[in-house]
Amino acid sequence: MKAARTSILLGSLSAALVALALTSPRVVAADKVDPVADAKAFQNFFFQKFPTVKHEDFVNGPYSMNEDMKRQWQEKEEFPPYEFALDAGKEMFVTPFKNGKTYADCFPNGGIGIRQNYPYFDEKEGKVVTLELALNRCREANGEAPYSYVKDEMASLTAYMAFTSRGKPMDIKIPDDPRALAAFENGKRYFYTRRGQMNFSCASCHVQSPGERIRAEILAPALGILNAMPIYRSEWSGMGTTSRRFVTCNSQTRAVPLEPQADEYRDVEYFLSYVANGLPISGPGARP
Amino acid sequence: MNRSLAVTMFLALLLALGLAPAARAANEADYKTAYSAAEAAAKEAASLRHQWTVTVSTLAAAKKAADGGDFDRAVAAAREAEALAKASIFQAISEKEAWKAMEIR
Repeated sequence: MKAARTSILLGSLSAALVALALTSPRVVAADKVDPVADAKAFQNFFFQKFPTVKHEDFVNGPYSMNEDMKRQWQEKEEFPPYEFALDAGKEMFVTPFKNGKTYADCFPNGGIGIRQNYPYFDEKEGKVVTLELALNRCREANGEAPYSYVKDEMASLTAYMAFTSRGKPMDIKIPDDPRALAAFENGKRYFYTRRGQMNFSCASCHVQSPGERIRAEILAPALGILNAMPIYRSEWSGMGTTSRRFVTCNSQTRAVPLEPQADEYRDVEYFLSYVANGLPISGPGARP
Repeated sequence: MNRSLAVTMFLALLLALGLAPAARAANEADYKTAYSAAEAAAKEAASLRHQWTVTVSTLAAAKKAADGGDFDRAVAAAREAEALAKASIFQAISEKEAWKAMEIR
């Protein structure tokens, strides 16, 4: 009897040890920063949740989720509301600064068709650099005052640059640098962290509820959500940048927004852009 | 009702009135105490990057009421702001780990 009890005890103990041995590496793997695996899981989640949506259509936000809205949007695209911003952006882009240089002097390929490579990780600075930030740095380097990150001129400039990249697949790189991996992880954490009195994270709306209504609006999927930036929003009666989108999302959850281009915003842009790699740039966009 | 019962009831009423806490109006000192507690909590929430807009607006409402001399309202608003700030601090601390539950894996 005693021998039988001892053997059962030993058997249970060895089974528990085997189970521990099998699960431990998984726990370690789950905590390791692995952007490739994260992007794959992120995309698969949306592809499986919305099997009838074409992959490249996710970048069209709420229109990929609702046929009626999509038809209205397609008609509106004949005379898109961002057209004025696009024209203004092109003119600004080619107009020389006081020192005779232009934005083209600050960017690879003269700034044309490069939107899909932003944001990037600057190994010299050790931080993420967004397109908006690069544009203002370009201005300051050439003796010009920086623009507001949330609208007007910045939106026009980025609208033009996005337009020259339309259709190009998002192509964000994460160099083999622990600081870049940390920035990606920090952006991911920001994306999933609940904040504000409403206790919402970005994911509460754009992962858990895309296609659902929040008041009169249809929520966009998180996948490819930045590919359409900047956007004309009827709600804003104007254009808005990625910075503006983050700031207003925070305010809507009753969280005090961070300053535009805060490290957290730069990192969440890095995360969201990287997980949308392969999906086409569709900006500038128009949203209700 | 006999006379001794009436006297007893009268005395009991006097005693009850005498012991009842007086509902006194809040004064500036009460407001300053409540406001500084709320302000300290709000500062902590801000340092955690988890400030709520309603904390800021409720703190402002407390100050506005105090500036207008309405210390009852000012104290009530300051206490509400403190509670909101403490809730946002709790959120910031619990989300340090809780965010992982929502992650797509």
